[in-house]
Amino acid sequence: MARFPEWFHRLGAPKTFYSMTGKWLPWLAGAAAILLCVGTVWGLGFAPQDAKQGNSFRIIYIHVPAAFLALAGYYVMAVAGAVGLIWKMKLAHMVLKAAAPLGAALTFVALFTGALWGKPTWGTYWVWDARITSMLVLFFLYLGVIALHYAYSSTEAASKASAVLALVGTANIPIIYKSVDWWYTLHQPATIKLTQAPSMHPDMFKPLLVMIAGFYCFYALVLLMGTRTEILHRERRTRWVADLAKTGY
Amino acid sequence: MFQFESLAAFIAMGGHGPYVWISYAVTLLTLIWLVIAPIRGRRRLLKNLSHQSRSAVPSGEERS
Repeated sequence: MARFPEWFHRLGAPKTFYSMTGKWLPWLAGAAAILLCVGTVWGLGFAPQDAKQGNSFRIIYIHVPAAFLALAGYYVMAVAGAVGLIWKMKLAHMVLKAAAPLGAALTFVALFTGALWGKPTWGTYWVWDARITSMLVLFFLYLGVIALHYAYSSTEAASKASAVLALVGTANIPIIYKSVDWWYTLHQPATIKLTQAPSMHPDMFKPLLVMIAGFYCFYALVLLMGTRTEILHRERRTRWVADLAKTGY
Repeated sequence: MFQFESLAAFIAMGGHGPYVWISYAVTLLTLIWLVIAPIRGRRRLLKNLSHQSRSAVPSGEERS
């Protein structure tokens, strides 16, 4: 078994994680609020309108970041599941539990804004297109992980089952990414690729980057908040949580 | 530079207003809910725990 550095073990202790991340929350909240406000105003009012799609294209500033984080959030959940199963790290299972409703909500936002964008652009709210269908599967995978947490009376059994489901569902992720290339779809190809220059005008692209950064900060914030609440719940019989409840903080 | 000539034009979004504004409104509500849910869960949990600790007799590290 591989040995982990000291900091990994310390961060893996729920109590240490709780007190450490408490200091990060205000910074993440501030960064997320500023980035999301700036990005929204910029995207809605100041980015030039799209030559073909008109103003409906402004939905991109929430649709793409939400879809980004819906996918990245699945990685977070699957990696947490793997760490929890392999190294029996309790904290990883708590992260997984916090990541599931967050991912489900962001997938819902991506699907919902996509439908509203589709109507003026394609003439329909919904098509059973490869990209959209695989995103719907992602939504159900998130819901499945949430449901499994309620299906078991034992926390340990629930953690294991949902970690296994999260890992099995990882097979869907490359399908989502590649769906616009593998199949003929209505959905437009990726706007941003790591290997190429973006296919957007810089004036449109800059606010999108701001929004993506804002969504990342927001994701980190909510994931930490959810994990911290889950830590308190699972450690509720320990002395440190009892002391915390007494002081009311 | 601001892309719209008037506030009315900004709201109308060239006829795409409802799609754009409903998208942003639903996203905003979802994000607000995501922040509030863990705060409320934490508050409820701490409240229950402080009630329990007042009624129960403290007995070492592990209590159930």
